[in-house]
Amino acid sequence: MTQIQEMTLDEIRHLVSENAIQGETVVLNMGPQHPSTHGVLRLIVELDGEVIVNVIPDIGFLHTGVEKNMEAKTYQKAEVMTDRLDYLNTMGNNLAYVMAIEKLIDLDVPPRAQAIRVILTELQRIASHLVWIGTSALDLAAMSVFLYAFREREMILDIFEMCSGQRMMTTYFRPGGLWRDVPVEFEDAVRNFVRIFPRRVDEYEALLTKNPLFLDRTVGIGKLTREQALQYGVTGPTLRASGVAWDLRKVSPYMGYEQYDFNIPTHTAGDVYARYLVRVQEMRESLKIVQQALAKLPYGPVRSNNRKYVPPPRSEIGVSMEALIHHFKLWTEGFTPPKGAVYSAVESPRGELGVYLESDGSPKPYRVHWRTPSFDNLQVLPILAKGHLIADLVAIIGSIDIVLGDIDR
Amino acid sequence: MEAKLQSVVQRLQERFPLQVEEFRGEAHVFVQAEHLLHLLEFLKTQEGFEMLSTVTAVDYWPQQQPRFHVIYQLLSLQHNLRLQVRVPVNATEPVLPTITSIYANASWREREVWDMFGIRFQGHPDLRRILMPQDWQGHPLRKDYPLGYEEPQFTFNFEEINQRKPYAKE
Repeated sequence: MTQIQEMTLDEIRHLVSENAIQGETVVLNMGPQHPSTHGVLRLIVELDGEVIVNVIPDIGFLHTGVEKNMEAKTYQKAEVMTDRLDYLNTMGNNLAYVMAIEKLIDLDVPPRAQAIRVILTELQRIASHLVWIGTSALDLAAMSVFLYAFREREMILDIFEMCSGQRMMTTYFRPGGLWRDVPVEFEDAVRNFVRIFPRRVDEYEALLTKNPLFLDRTVGIGKLTREQALQYGVTGPTLRASGVAWDLRKVSPYMGYEQYDFNIPTHTAGDVYARYLVRVQEMRESLKIVQQALAKLPYGPVRSNNRKYVPPPRSEIGVSMEALIHHFKLWTEGFTPPKGAVYSAVESPRGELGVYLESDGSPKPYRVHWRTPSFDNLQVLPILAKGHLIADLVAIIGSIDIVLGDIDR
Repeated sequence: MEAKLQSVVQRLQERFPLQVEEFRGEAHVFVQAEHLLHLLEFLKTQEGFEMLSTVTAVDYWPQQQPRFHVIYQLLSLQHNLRLQVRVPVNATEPVLPTITSIYANASWREREVWDMFGIRFQGHPDLRRILMPQDWQGHPLRKDYPLGYEEPQFTFNFEEINQRKPYAKE
């Protein structure tokens, strides 16, 4: 028989205030199954009337042991685990992982593959922000935004399906390039999206940006100062809404981001509304990047020519003995990177997504650690929520845009 | 290694007893546990490493001395530099001082390392498990911890295995 563990006040005695022990404040459980926690997040909220005294996040309900599992798979096979971390940012997770491998073995990526990676990760960023704008507006009772946002997200997922065969769990980027080249319909589909989308962002903004009900719920709520954000390692739009213009695409460009002209939207207020503005502007900036990358999409191979790490094309296998041997070795034993450890980070829709990858010279990663942005961003929740009403808590959780798959790994 | 990072490492070497390894342009600084707090304090206040990206660990089992490396990945926004600080930890007494007083977000990261590797952080305000259930036995990311499996049930031992399977029964 399994035991049902009951949490007593004793366990959290050192976390709640003295008033809770004496029964002057109420300790309330919220979640883990709660629609506005955006996943399986449990919050223990200490309340004085309707005012929040403290919030204690309890995470781990979505822990799937990705890091442990990846240690048991070869480098190529471990990549499918990365899709499942932050399920709204699959392309970004793939990118972070393959970039770590490419750094570890010093592998070159052809320019066409780089440009396609940029287009797809930026589309993914828009898709992720669309889920965020839909769900967090829904939390504040603005129902129609959700329906509109998911309509456009579907267009992006269709593009992903066209490339990789999957809407969400793509595994499309591979070490040294892509799984295969994009289909011929790809460019038209992206162009169509780029044409339609700016008007659609205007639509969302018309519903929210100047809506007095939305402003009442967001302006001045959940303030995060610049110093607090840095102290807690907050990254991404949440950091940029607190006045720090820090974006890895700009400060340490990867995948050729230095060729594209885009801005980093920054606000100084640090409240829920500022975070909303940053993300809406980011969608427009991402669209600019997609447009530019598509306009100068180079032709050429989409995979590196380094046969020790990247499988040969199918056409070669039938005619070249060497290609057949390489293919066989790569898919049975896997490739063996040199010994060493690297840390490589990309800008995910939520912040700095870092991969610590250590190799012991065997075909399986010795250690993979995911520095996931939501994990650090959620840690500031007690600071953001203190002193606000319990109804504002859902607005604050929505505004830091957490994904529980990203936190619990 | 970048020139700016090189000069940071040089200044560190003058002040602290440490070894430096370079790999793919990254600097990995190896330091003993007793110097950790001073080193991080120095890096934060003097060298502008104002953000802690992550804290994690690696288990080198069956090696015992040291069995673990605890890794602090630091980021400097003003100089756009990254630095990795690695601290060896022995198997017999896996304890390190907490750095929550220097970097606030180390709190959850240290809880994660305790949960996954069983390395204690002395002085941590709230060192509970964070990802695994509170009553979990063992530390999953240690190398001597099995990946896990499910016992196959056959007709002759179906009931026997069912008895000890950890799921809710009536």
